[in-house]
Order: sequence, then C-alpha cells, then structure tokens
Amino acid sequence: MSTLKEFSYGTAILSAFEYLLDHYPEVFVIGQGLWSPWYVGNSMTDLDKKYGIERIIDTPVSEAACTGAAVGASLAGMKPIVVHPRMDFMLYAMDAIVNQAAKWSHMVGGQAHPGLTIRAIINRGGEQGAQHSQALHSWFAHIPGLRVVMPATVADARDLLIASVLSPDPVIYIDDRWLYEQTEYLPPVKIRGLSQEGPRVIADGSDVTIVGTSYSTKLALDSKHVLAEKGISAEIVDLRVLNPFDAEIVIQSVNKTGRLFVVDGGWRNCGMAGEVIASVAENVPAERWKNTPVRITLPDAPAPTSRVLEKIYYIGVDQITATVQKAIA
Amino acid sequence: MMHMLDKLSDPELFHDPVDINGVPTGLLVDQLRDLVLLRMAEQHLAAMRKDGLIGGPVHLGVGQEAIAVGVSKWLRNSDRVFGTHRSHSHLLALGSSLHGLFAEVLGKETGHSRGMGGSMHLYDRSNGFYGAVPIVAGTVSLAVGAAMAARLQATDDIAVAYFGDGACEEGIVHESLNLSKITKAPILFVVENNLFASHMHVTQRQPSDSMVRFAHANGISSAVVDGNDVVAVQNSARKLIQEARDGKGPGYLEAVTYRWYGHVDWRDDIDVGVKRSMDDVQKWRARDPIKRLKHALINEGCWDELRHDELCVKLKNEIDHAWERAMSDSYPDESKLLDYVYASLGDD
Ligand SMILES: Cc1ncc(C[n+]2csc(CCOP(=O)(O)OP(=O)(O)O)c2C)c(N)n1
Ligand SMILES: [Mg+2]
Repeated sequence: MSTLKEFSYGTAILSAFEYLLDHYPEVFVIGQGLWSPWYVGNSMTDLDKKYGIERIIDTPVSEAACTGAAVGASLAGMKPIVVHPRMDFMLYAMDAIVNQAAKWSHMVGGQAHPGLTIRAIINRGGEQGAQHSQALHSWFAHIPGLRVVMPATVADARDLLIASVLSPDPVIYIDDRWLYEQTEYLPPVKIRGLSQEGPRVIADGSDVTIVGTSYSTKLALDSKHVLAEKGISAEIVDLRVLNPFDAEIVIQSVNKTGRLFVVDGGWRNCGMAGEVIASVAENVPAERWKNTPVRITLPDAPAPTSRVLEKIYYIGVDQITATVQKAIA
Repeated sequence: MMHMLDKLSDPELFHDPVDINGVPTGLLVDQLRDLVLLRMAEQHLAAMRKDGLIGGPVHLGVGQEAIAVGVSKWLRNSDRVFGTHRSHSHLLALGSSLHGLFAEVLGKETGHSRGMGGSMHLYDRSNGFYGAVPIVAGTVSLAVGAAMAARLQATDDIAVAYFGDGACEEGIVHESLNLSKITKAPILFVVENNLFASHMHVTQRQPSDSMVRFAHANGISSAVVDGNDVVAVQNSARKLIQEARDGKGPGYLEAVTYRWYGHVDWRDDIDVGVKRSMDDVQKWRARDPIKRLKHALINEGCWDELRHDELCVKLKNEIDHAWERAMSDSYPDESKLLDYVYASLGDD
C-alpha cells in the first residue's frame, strides 16, 4: 500500500510531465497558457517555475507555427510536447500534423521520425458552443502515421502520456476536462511501449459489450452499474488507442456477449463508433450476433450554446442504459 | 523589444478631455450616448454573469468602446462587418438592438442568432453585422472575401474586420492582408491593440508592440490612433473607409486601448488565472474614453453633469427593460438543434 499514491486525472497528467522533464532533457513543452494554470486545470501547475520558461514555453497565438516548430524540433532530436488547450484551436495546425508529421517517416523511407506528442484537450460544455467543444479524435485516427491515444482512467492519463512522449512516432494524446476530477491510487511509473498498448476490458460482463473511449468510457462504466440493477451484465471495453486500431479485444468480447454498443463523444458519420462496429462485424460470425450493433454518438449538429439544447446534446448515462434496454428487450 | 507605440501605450498619458477637432458637437453628443450605452450594457452583462444568470463566457470590451463607435459612424447597413470573441460593442455600435444581444447571451430564441450562438457568435445582418466568432483571427479572411464580393458586385460597400493584437500572431492574418492588397479589396482592418492576449502582455509575444507594421509590410494605407479618443478614431476611420469605398484598396487602423476587465467574465483582477496589475488598470481607467469626451463637451458648453446623469438613468431603464424582456423570452425549441445545420431541410 505504501507505494500507492492518490492522483486525480489532472495531477496524474502533471506527474507525467514531471517524470518526463526530470528524466529526459530532450523533452520540452510548448503551447498557449503554459504560464497560466487556468487553461489546463491542475494538469500543468508550476511546471514553468520548476523547469524554467526555456523548457516550458508559453507562446504567441500561433498554433500552426508552434506545431510545425515542434515537428522540426523532433526531427532534430528533441521530444517536444505541444499543448493545445482546446482541440478546436489546433485546426490551424492541420498541415503540420497531417501533411508533415504523419507522413514524414514514410516519405523518407523510414529514416527519420517526428517523435513529437500533441496534447489536445477536449473542453466543452458551459454554453461555449460550436467552436469551443469539439472532439475530433476520429479525424486523426483516419490518418496513417499518427498514433491517437485517449486515456479514460487516471492511470492511463499518466502512463499513456509518458508512453506517447517516449514513442518515436507522432502521437495525438487527447485528454478531456470532464475527467479531471476522477481519482485513483497509482503505483510508481512503469515505462510501457506505446505500440504494445491497445483496447482493454476494464469491467467483465456477459450480456452486452459496451465500448467507450475517454469520457464515454466513464459513461459506459456508470451505465454498467445501472444496467446491473436491471439484471443486465455489461462488459466494458475501453479503446485507449484509436490508431493504429486493434479490434481484437472487442471481437473477443462480442464473440462472448453477441451484443455491441459503442459510445463515442464524436459524431456518427465516418466516426470511431462506426469503425469499431465495422471491424467487429468483419470478424464475428453472423450466428454469434444476438442484436444488430448500435452506435451512441452526438447528434449530427455542431454544439449549441443555449442551455436547453446543450442538455439534450451531450450523451448521458440515461441515454446509454435506455438504448441498451430497448435493443435487447 | 521595440516600444514603437511610444506614448500611446503609456497609461500615464492622454487623460485630458479629447480635442474635438472640428467635429460638430451635436454629433459628439450622440456618440457620447452610444459610448455610455455600450459601457452600461457590458457592465450589466458583467453583473449578470457574476450573479450566475448568464451561463456562458462573456468577453467584455469595457474601456474599448470608442473604437467601435468611431468606426461605425461611417458604416451603413449594406457594409459587411466581422467581429471576434469580444464583439458586443461592435454589434451595438451599429445600432443593433440591446434586447437581441441580451436574448442571445441568454440563449433565447429571440436572440440575434436565434439563441444558437450566445455571446461568442453574434450576428445581425440587418445592421451589416455578418458574424463574430471566438476562434482568434477566424473571421479576418472571411471579411476579405466579403470585401472582394462587394467589388465583384460593383457596389461601394466595404467590409470591416475587427481583430486584436493577439490575432496578429496567426498566420491567416498575414495571408489576408496580402490578399486584400493584391485584390484591392475594399476593407478596413481594425486592430484593437489592448496590449494583451488573454494573460500575456504583447511584450511576451511579439518583438514590437506596434501592430501597424503589418500594414506597412503589405503596403496598406494605415493610421495609428489613441483608441480611447473617439474623435481621433472617427477621423482616421473616415479617411480609410472613404479610400476603400473609392476603390483604392484596403485600409488598416491600429487603435491602442486597454480592457478594464480581465480576458473573460466579470473580474478585473484576474486574466485567465494570472493576477493583473491593478495599478495599470487604474491608470487606464483614467484614460476613460467616456470621461474624456464628456469633459470635452462640458468645456464646449453643450453638456453638463445633470444631463449626463439623466442620460445614465434613461439608458439604465432601457437596459433593464431589454434584460427583463430577454429573461422572460423562450429558449429555442429542441428541434432547432438539427434544423439549423443545413439550409435545406430536404424540401428543395
Ligand atoms: C485559434 C485560437 N487560439 C487560441 C484561442 C484562445 N484565445 C481566446 S481569445 C485569445 C486572446 C486573443 O487576443 P487578442 O486577439 O488580442 O484579442 P483580445 O482578447 O485582446 O480582445 C486567445 C488566445 C482561441 N480562441 N482561438
Ligand atoms: Mg488583445
């Protein structure tokens, strides 16, 4: 017990930064708001004071240049972490991410790898509306060459960030402000290779498989408790790594339960939920299916601001449990 | 660091009444009214946000009102104005209704964006306001396009792009300046240089505090003014706007100013988590665009404290009335979430 220490999702991220900055002189951090704790919750508090403003670089309002510069620094041997306090802001940086970082290794015959990490934060709700709310992980997961990581748990928030930064590939590490208050007791850091990481069963069950990512994994877990009261046993799979995507764990689970529900905080069309279902459908024999698989995603609309619309926009536990109950009734 | 702004960014200076510089005092009395309206409307929003009646963020431009008032004076309904996250005053200065703004901030269906946008996504086409968004620099290129359209449409309408010193750090601004010049787009770029982008002072972000250097780099006709002097703003804006209407291409106005509140919401002592210098805030409050115009008009003998107090009472009533109405309006129907996504609902 003595080696366990309590962390929140936010402080777990902070401890990953500290670990990386303590152990790897080639790590530096660049992005907006790094000298102000406000933008990023408690996940980067005082890094500037501890490691100096040369390594913790708060920047001009220049997402494209900062991200491109990090790609270049990684090619020159550094391990940069770019922080975009809101995923919506990093759309200015798409060229550096999609045309440059994602393709570089392949274009030069595997001789150089931009080993940068881009920390993109999903920050939504609070009537902020369409341009301050997006969860665009499915876009990035579409791109060969990008590793896309979404921690749902406190342990993953820390350990997958470390694995991302130590990976020689460009990684999009996406965390969610709605998870920052989760807490967990964690053992000391153990280094893991990111390419060995993938989806995981985080709660066993036998009647239905519910797949989540990041915050939607938390929703799936909360739903499990409600469903249990109704006599439905749900197995929860947390995707964790969206690209490269390995569906094996989900396939195994559906082979057992015969029922698949995928909860995703992104949109439906060409989204991660559809990808999971397609990958499982290709591999689970027809006779095993007890129900058609179901996607639980955002409505096909930008995020509204008005509180009444915001309330119906985001997925809640009720929606998941009702969908599951209806499907298997 | 080059302090090219020199005196203009020194908060100890320019506290005296403004030089009315030949502008008819009747016009200035109207502008004083507009300035006070913008000020009181935003102070009201600050108070309501503090009280929790407003659910979303509000970025207030208190202290910067003279810029919108001075520019809007030369605009007409067919012009094409684009704003930012801090655009309440850009909208109101065009004569847009208070009630529409308040209802929008509250997410009501009677709001300017029908309750779909809130404070950060404002719209009022009937007054020439094409839209404001919170992606920094997000509308600058759009404004250039609206100006190009005005040219193609053979009108002498112009576009206006409001943006900040922080926005000047986005590459898209520089692409837009170049494009506007090369296409002779009839546009006025209005840079409200309030010396800050959220918690960061301009000296932490740029090698110079002057934003007009980007106009020089693109050969764009420009002026730099004290943004807290409504006369200076309107005189410079007038010339640049006229040039744009006359087909001489883009213009660029840098207006130096300061925001009295922090970056977002009602506090004046905090900028996104970082403590502000209250000393600087106090000095800038003394460079108040309203007080400076008011005293200029009093010195001219066409205004007095009594009339000013009466004006404030009258405007407060208007504000309270518009707010009460907005509070009792309805929220959008749930069906609107999907209805507004496309122009066509499948019936085309
Ligand atoms: C693309 C993008 N990057 C970052 C932000 C966060 N942000 C919102 S306003 C702001 C500061 C903008 O400063 P400036 O352009 O000077 O406008 P001001 O707030 O001073 O009016 C920042 C960084 C954003 N909204 N959009
Ligand atoms: Mg600014």
